[in-house]
Amino acid sequence: MYSTKYVKPNSTTEALEAIKSLGEGKFLAGGMTLIPTLKQRLASPDGLVDISGCKLDSIADEGETLKIGAMARHVSVAESAVVKKAIPALAKLADGIGDRQVRNRGTIGGSVANNDPSACYPSAVLALKATIHTNIRSIAADDFFTGMFETALEDDEIIEFISFSKPTKANYVKFPNPASRYAMVGVFVAQFGDEVRVAVTGAGEGGVFRHQEMESVLSSNFSADSLSSVKIDSDGLISDLHASAEYRANLIKEMTKRAVV
Amino acid sequence: MNEVTKIDGIGSSVRRTEDKKFLTGKGKYTDDINRPGQVQAYFLRSDVAHAKIKKIDIKNAQSAPGVIGVFTGDDIAADKVGGPICGWVVPCRDGSATKEPPHPLLAQGKVRFVGDAIAVVLAETAEQAKSGAELIDVDYEELSPVVDFENAGDGAQIHDEVPNNCYFDWELGDEKATADALSGAKKIVKLRVRNNRLVPNAMEPRCALAEFDNLDDSYTLHTTSQNPHLTRLVLAAFMFAIPESKLRVIAPDVGGGFGSKIYVYIEEAVCVWASKKVGRPVKWTADRTQAFLTDCHGRDHVNDVQLGLDENNKIVGLRVDTVCNLGAYLSAFSVVVPTYLHGTLLSGQYDIPAIYTNVKGMATNTVNVDAYRGAGRPEATYLLERTMETAAREVGMDPAEFRRINFIPKDAFPYQTQVALQYDIGDYEPHLDKAMEMIDYSNFEKRRAEAAKRGMYRGIGISSYIEACGLAPSAVVGALGGRVGLWESASVRVNPTGTISVFTGSHSHGQGHATTFAQIVADKLGIPMENVEVVHGDTDKTPFGMGSYGSRSLASGGSAISKAVDKIINKSKKIAAHLLEASEDDIDFKDGKFVVGGTDKEKAFGEIALAAYVPHNYPLETLEPGLEENAFYDPTNFVYPSGTHIAEVEVDPATGVVQVVDWAACDDFGNLVNPMIVEGQVHGGIAQGIGQALLEDAHYDENGQLLTASYMDYCMPRADDLPSFKVGYTTTPSTVNDLGVKGCGEAGAIASPPALINAVIDALSPLGVTDMSMPATPQKVWKAIQDSQSVAAE
Repeated sequence: MYSTKYVKPNSTTEALEAIKSLGEGKFLAGGMTLIPTLKQRLASPDGLVDISGCKLDSIADEGETLKIGAMARHVSVAESAVVKKAIPALAKLADGIGDRQVRNRGTIGGSVANNDPSACYPSAVLALKATIHTNIRSIAADDFFTGMFETALEDDEIIEFISFSKPTKANYVKFPNPASRYAMVGVFVAQFGDEVRVAVTGAGEGGVFRHQEMESVLSSNFSADSLSSVKIDSDGLISDLHASAEYRANLIKEMTKRAVV
Repeated sequence: MNEVTKIDGIGSSVRRTEDKKFLTGKGKYTDDINRPGQVQAYFLRSDVAHAKIKKIDIKNAQSAPGVIGVFTGDDIAADKVGGPICGWVVPCRDGSATKEPPHPLLAQGKVRFVGDAIAVVLAETAEQAKSGAELIDVDYEELSPVVDFENAGDGAQIHDEVPNNCYFDWELGDEKATADALSGAKKIVKLRVRNNRLVPNAMEPRCALAEFDNLDDSYTLHTTSQNPHLTRLVLAAFMFAIPESKLRVIAPDVGGGFGSKIYVYIEEAVCVWASKKVGRPVKWTADRTQAFLTDCHGRDHVNDVQLGLDENNKIVGLRVDTVCNLGAYLSAFSVVVPTYLHGTLLSGQYDIPAIYTNVKGMATNTVNVDAYRGAGRPEATYLLERTMETAAREVGMDPAEFRRINFIPKDAFPYQTQVALQYDIGDYEPHLDKAMEMIDYSNFEKRRAEAAKRGMYRGIGISSYIEACGLAPSAVVGALGGRVGLWESASVRVNPTGTISVFTGSHSHGQGHATTFAQIVADKLGIPMENVEVVHGDTDKTPFGMGSYGSRSLASGGSAISKAVDKIINKSKKIAAHLLEASEDDIDFKDGKFVVGGTDKEKAFGEIALAAYVPHNYPLETLEPGLEENAFYDPTNFVYPSGTHIAEVEVDPATGVVQVVDWAACDDFGNLVNPMIVEGQVHGGIAQGIGQALLEDAHYDENGQLLTASYMDYCMPRADDLPSFKVGYTTTPSTVNDLGVKGCGEAGAIASPPALINAVIDALSPLGVTDMSMPATPQKVWKAIQDSQSVAAE
C-alpha cells in the first residue's frame, strides 16, 4: 500500500472534522474491504479516519425496533442475546458472514455503507424495513441503496446506527460463492403480520433488491409451495464465472423457498 | 526388551517430531531470514499476454525514492547469464527433437504471458521497489494472444523456434497393433475428457534471498525449493557458468510445494545476479497474486480415448490422443509430465494387449505448466478410470466386476505393459474387495433409494489406480530423455556417544521426513528415535541429492539411508569383533547390541561408537577410525503403488450442489514406516483431488488474463467440503528396495478425481446425464440436469 495518514478520533464530531481536514479522506470502519483495496494499491486516500473510537457499537432493544450501532462487529451481532431474542435471523446472518477473522473485524455500518452487491447485511436492512441514522438525518432502507457499491450517503456523512423493525418472523438463507463464500444469492424474508418483504442480495446488477412478485405471493400465502408458480426473471441479474443469470434466478427461488419455513 | 525402542521403529505411528515448531509458528522460512544491508526486489510484470516490447523507459524509476537499481533483460544478457533449462526432452514422431526456445530471465524484446518479468527494481524497502516499478514505461506492440491450446497451432507464433506452437509431437506404443485390435473389437468405447488447469497454491509463496561474498567470489541463496542441489547445479553450471563450490543453496523450512517448487525460477536467478551487481543481499518475496500468475500451473489436458472390448468384455486395445498446454516457456519437467509420466501409465491395473498414445505439447500465452501432485499419472488415471466406468455402463456390467475381469492377474507379475513399464509386483482384487467392503458397496442401492425419498440423487464411483513413483532409476530415465540422474543420497554420521546425524538428499516441505527417516534409523540400529537427527536442505551440509517429488523420498531417499546404515552396521561388527575378541562372522547385531553368537558377550551400539572415535583399543591397522558412511542408491525400477478408491456423493437437483458423503480408500503402498503420516498423506491427496474434481479451475479469458487470480474466484477445498475418509491398506511389499516400500504422497490426488466424477455421473444417470467435466461446480451440475430434462421433454 501507499503510505497514508491515520487518525483515530473519539467522537463523530471529531471524525467529521478530521475528514474535512483531509483532501481525499476515507472513513475506516472494520476495514474488511478498504484495507485489502489499499494493500493492492487500488486506492490512495490522503488519510484514514478510524471511527472505531467513536462509541458507535451499542446494541439495544428499543421496543418497536432493534437498534444496532454502526461499529458493532459481526461477532457482536451474532452473539448478542438482545439480537437473538429480538430478531434471531439477523444474528444468524451475522454469524454466516466471512470467516471468524472477518466477523471479529467487520462492522454492520461498514457493510451497509459499502453496499457490496454480494454482502449479506443489505438484504436484512431492506427486508426488515430498517432506518439508517446518520449524523445529519434518517434514511429509510428503501431510499438508501441506490446501486452497486452506491448509497444515498453524502461524502461527510457517517452512519451512527441502524434501527430494524421487529418482524413476526424472519429468515435468511444464502448460497455462498464456492470460492469467496460471499453470497452468490442471499435471500432475506421478513413477515410483518400480513406484509411480507423479500430482499435479494448477491444477484442483482444494481445491488440488493426487493422481489415484489414473491412478496405479494407470500403475503397471501406464506408457504414455500406457493412460490412454485413464480417465475424469476433473469434480466438484470449478475452473470459471472461462477453463476449465470439463469442459475442465479433458479437460486433466488430456491433460497427463498428454503427461507420460508 | 526395551519397549520404547520398539515403539519408535518401522510401522509405528509416531507423532511428527517437526510439528512442534510448525504448530507454534516457529518454523523458519526463507522470508523469515534477513541479512544486514539487504535490498528488496520487485519485478515489473507484463499485463498483456503477447506483445513485442518496443521500448522500456526506466529513467523515472531510477531516481525514485529508495531505489538503488533498475535492470532489464539487456543488463542480464550483457553479463551472459542464461535462462532456466528444460530437464527432460522427448523425440518427436517425425524424428525431430523437442523444440526448446530460450527463456530469458527478464524479457528480451517480447512478453509471452501476463506475469512475464520485464524489469527488476531494487530498493531499500519492498514498497519503494514497487513504487519505482510503477514509474517504468513500457511501450508494447500487442500481438494476438494464443490461449485456446487445442487450436494453438492456428494461432500467432509465440517463439521463432517453435513452429505451429507445438513443442513436441510424441508417441508411445504400437500404433498398428492397436489399430488392428480396435478394428477387430466387438465394441469400441469412445470418450473425450479434459483435465482441468490447476494453480498449485502452496501455503508459502515463493521467496529468495541471495547474497554475494566478494572476498571469495561466492554466493549464498536461500530459496523455497524442493531440491536445493539441483537448484545449485542448474544455476551454477547452466545459467551463471560458475563452479558449484561458489554457490551455496539453502532451502530452509518450505511451506509446501506440490511440484511447483521443483524448478529454478527466473526470480531466484535474478536475485543471485543482482546481489553481485549491487553488492548487497537481495530479497524477493512473492505475494499471492504473483503466485497465481507465475508459479507453474498443473494439468490442462484434453484426451480422446478409444477402448476396444471383445465379446467377453475383455479389453483388446486402447488408443489415447492427447493435446496438452505447456504455456509460454518450457519449464524443467513440463515435457516429461504429459509424456513418460503419463503415457507409460495407460495400462493402469489392466491387462491390455495393445496400447498406442500420441501427445502434442502446445505453447500458449499462459504461464508455464509443469508437475503438480501426481504429475501425469492423475491425467492417465482420470482418462482410464472414466473410460472404464463408461464402458461398464455401456455394456451393462457392474463397474467393479468389469474392472475385476480386466485386472492383471496376481500370478502375472512381473508384468510387462505395452507402454514401457514393467510392474514388479501387485495384487489388485484385494484392494477392490476391501474398498467395496469399507463403503458397504453391496447395499448401495438401498442408500440410493433412501436418498431419493429426500429428493437427493445419490451416486457411487470407483477408481482403481496405479502409479509409478519413487522417481528413478537413472538408466531408464536417461534412456527416455531425462537429463538428470534420479538416485538418492544419504550420509549417516554416528556421533561419539552413539547419537546419529542423518544427512539426506531428500527435501522435506511438509512430508515428515524428520520423523519417518529417524524411525528407519532407530529401527535398524535399535536405538531411541530421539537419538536421531535428520538434516536436509543445505548444499553445504548434505551430500549431492535429487530432492523430493514424484513420491520418491522414502523409496529412494529412505532406501539410501537404509543402505548407509547397513554400512555402519558392517563396520561396527568389525569393531565389535575386535573388542569382543571374536571373529566378525560370529557377531550378531540385534536390538542395538553386538553379541558373540551363543555367548553372553556383547557390546552396545554406543560402546562401539565411542571406540570408533576414541580408538585406544581398536584395529587401526585394518580399519579407519570414525563411524560415518555414505550411500548413493539408484533403484532398478520404479515402485508401483496401487489401490481402489470409492466415492459416494449426493446431488441436490435444486442447486446442483454435490456433497461428498462417504469415501473409502484402500491403498497398497507396500510396507508402511509411519502409518499415521501415510494416512495424513492420503487425506491431503484426496482433498486435493476433490478440489480438482469439484472446485478448482484456473481460467484465462480470450485475452490471456487470468480471471481466477485470487481466492475470491479460485476455489480451494476447505474442511467442510470433505467427508471423513475411510482409509485402509493391502500390502504387497515392493521387490525393488530393501524396505519393501512404495510411495504415498501423490496417490490420493491420482485416485480421487475419477472416483468422484464417476460417482456424480452415477448419481445423475437416472436423469440421463452421461458426462460431466471437472470441476463439477454447482452451476455445471444444475445445467446438466436442466439440459437432460429438456431433452427428456422433447
